[in-house]
Amino acid sequence: MNFDFSDDQKMLKDQARKFLSEKCTTKTVRAVFEGDAHHDAALWKQVAEMGWTGTAIPEEFGGLGLGYLELCVIAEELGRALAPVPFSSTVYLFAEALLIAGTDEQKKRLLPKVASGEIVGTFARAEGPGAVLPKNVRATLKGGKLNGKKIAVIDGPIADYAVVLVRGSDEPGERGLQLALVDLKGPGVKRTTCDTLDASRGHSDIVFENASAEPLGKLGEGWSDASRVLDRAAILLAFEQVGGADVCLALAKDYALNRYAFGRPIASFQAIKHKLADMYVNNELARSNAYYGAWALSTGARELPLAAAAARVSATQAFDYAAKENIQTHGGIGFTWAMDCHFYYKRAKETGLVLGPQRAWKDKLVTELETSNA
Amino acid sequence: MDFEDSPEEAAFRKEVRAWLDANAKKRTGKREIGADELENGAEGEMAASKAWQKTKAKAGYARITWPKGMGGIGGTPMQSIIFGQEESKYDVASGAPFAIGLGMCIPTLMAYGDEAAKARFVWPAVQGDEIWCQLFSEPAGGSDVANLRTKAEKHGDTWTINGSKIWTTGAQFSDYGIILTRTDPNVPKHKGLTMFYIDMKDPGVDIRPIKQASGGSGFNEIFFTDVKVKDSQRLGEVGQGWTVALTTLMHERLAVGGGAGGGLDVPQLMALARELELEDGPAIKNAAVREKIADWYVRSAGLRYTTFRTMTALSQGKQPGPEASIAKIVVATKLQDLSAFAMELEGEAGVLQGAEAPMHGLFQGGWLSAPGLRIAGGTDEILRNIIAERVLGLPGDIRVDKDVPFNKIPTGR
Repeated sequence: MNFDFSDDQKMLKDQARKFLSEKCTTKTVRAVFEGDAHHDAALWKQVAEMGWTGTAIPEEFGGLGLGYLELCVIAEELGRALAPVPFSSTVYLFAEALLIAGTDEQKKRLLPKVASGEIVGTFARAEGPGAVLPKNVRATLKGGKLNGKKIAVIDGPIADYAVVLVRGSDEPGERGLQLALVDLKGPGVKRTTCDTLDASRGHSDIVFENASAEPLGKLGEGWSDASRVLDRAAILLAFEQVGGADVCLALAKDYALNRYAFGRPIASFQAIKHKLADMYVNNELARSNAYYGAWALSTGARELPLAAAAARVSATQAFDYAAKENIQTHGGIGFTWAMDCHFYYKRAKETGLVLGPQRAWKDKLVTELETSNA
Repeated sequence: MDFEDSPEEAAFRKEVRAWLDANAKKRTGKREIGADELENGAEGEMAASKAWQKTKAKAGYARITWPKGMGGIGGTPMQSIIFGQEESKYDVASGAPFAIGLGMCIPTLMAYGDEAAKARFVWPAVQGDEIWCQLFSEPAGGSDVANLRTKAEKHGDTWTINGSKIWTTGAQFSDYGIILTRTDPNVPKHKGLTMFYIDMKDPGVDIRPIKQASGGSGFNEIFFTDVKVKDSQRLGEVGQGWTVALTTLMHERLAVGGGAGGGLDVPQLMALARELELEDGPAIKNAAVREKIADWYVRSAGLRYTTFRTMTALSQGKQPGPEASIAKIVVATKLQDLSAFAMELEGEAGVLQGAEAPMHGLFQGGWLSAPGLRIAGGTDEILRNIIAERVLGLPGDIRVDKDVPFNKIPTGR
């Protein structure tokens, strides 16, 4: 039994934490929140120079070929730091879509650029509020031309390429779906930056009007390809969420130990102690679920979809709870713009929605349970 | 990261399997024995438990981590877990009657008893011939265990015990018990305590099973009237009883922390949801039902993988920390909420219990036992305090009875 990361992986994690504690303080996050940019370009460049963007990309496609466990430990640290960089969109979503559905030529063309940090990629699914369902996908790819609209695309304002879920034929439901690869710098692509909750990550609505695009993967497999991409991203993002949740607990603890009321530290009140104990319990459960996801991801286990849904739901719940109760523990000051608490509160919600809401993942989780227990 | 055994672990597992094959039958159907049956004194179950315990003790598998000659093989905690995993695949009797004695009382005796006591008591307990109970809690105590009033007074070489204890698991089947008494009421509460072991069959010991809200009678109230105890039955120094009790309680958390719950969890809820029809169709297709199933599944799975992490730490020779306290909080509240939800799905039939109820009353049983599980072995509130104080390092509660002589502490009565 060895349900833990190796010493080398832990060392990588320590290095990542040390690097980010110097290069990505909450001042860095605040600057992006308060400025016009949608990410910290200098930090993004350094992250790429460290090779993090190519961690799990095979060497033949220009990556380091280290593997997913290594990517998981980096993800946790990026999450702790609330790093305002397009890492999840480019690495967990775009690169994984290429690895899952891309031809050898497509991989060779684009993955080295992801690994080197030369391009930002993203993944676009939703076309409006509510559930993303096969029947609701209206964007089309016909004769190499993409038409339609996608909303709230993560890192949309700065992305160079997008993988888009589209209808590639007139066949109904899943059978007509396909992924498309599109250069966002080309003609026929109109982006509108959205006003979003978490200003440390830009989002945009994108309208495609006869934009040039190429198929990524087979017609009829778009829905399952997208699901596989989301599963992998869910596990990696769960590590970011666990990292963020841990920081919320640490912030709440530090504040409670140093803030005195009624003649004693508020950390000595059971109401506060029990709240923090509950945060700890949620965080540990989420961490363990994320570890199982990491194992499934790194081994390509049959259990991957179930592990992904469990990691996603557990981490979303833990980060949400920790972020909101961190503000509550701080009292009034915690709700001010001047404190950092709200950055975590917003990132918790952003990460909790970006790959689809808990409700959808819970439904998927039970579907997996139904088939695995049948 | 993998779930494979190390070569040493694999070799031990093979050895254990061979031994189990030679001594027990593989489990066929799922055997749900019972704590309840044992609680209510089913003699057949008790005899079977004792027989299996003896078989294991002879092979050194009854207490794997204990030294040879004391019922063990001087094994590692990981080996103990491996044995448990393999044993659960066989149709063998429950070790529940020995859990408190071997998990808590005997380790205390081994730490504080003299050589004669160890020579006399350890082996009979290990092989299941003698059952032990733990006599700490009192009616006025609750979570404040040290607030106890059972008196022990010394006359010559003999102590006389008067008072009462409560919530004592298995006392009605027990041969011996360890008992925490007050020997000096004029000093602060933790300082005037002394620990003894006593013979539960002695005159003056009156054991009365308590009928629980669930209908079972696992716990007892016990009255002590002029019970005589020799000074040689003292464990630890006079006035040092609290230190001795902490040894016991530390072992209790390790033993109880694993978290029971009757095995009632998400699979049973799914089985029910597959059978039932709700207003809008099959329960398993209902969105609210699916959300609840997912919520409980991530907590169960999170706990299962947390155990894997603990096992990994154990296999690397590390000690499990107070993190184990999370298990019981999660299991007990989940059992209560999941059972209540299942009964809600059952509709008007949810009020039935026993064989008449849907799924033979599985959820009603879980719901009835859950309040007890949330209290026994440390309440949810105490366990949260433990996490807050020992894991997170938050300040201890303010204790207004600190440094106050026990007989000057207000009682509210």
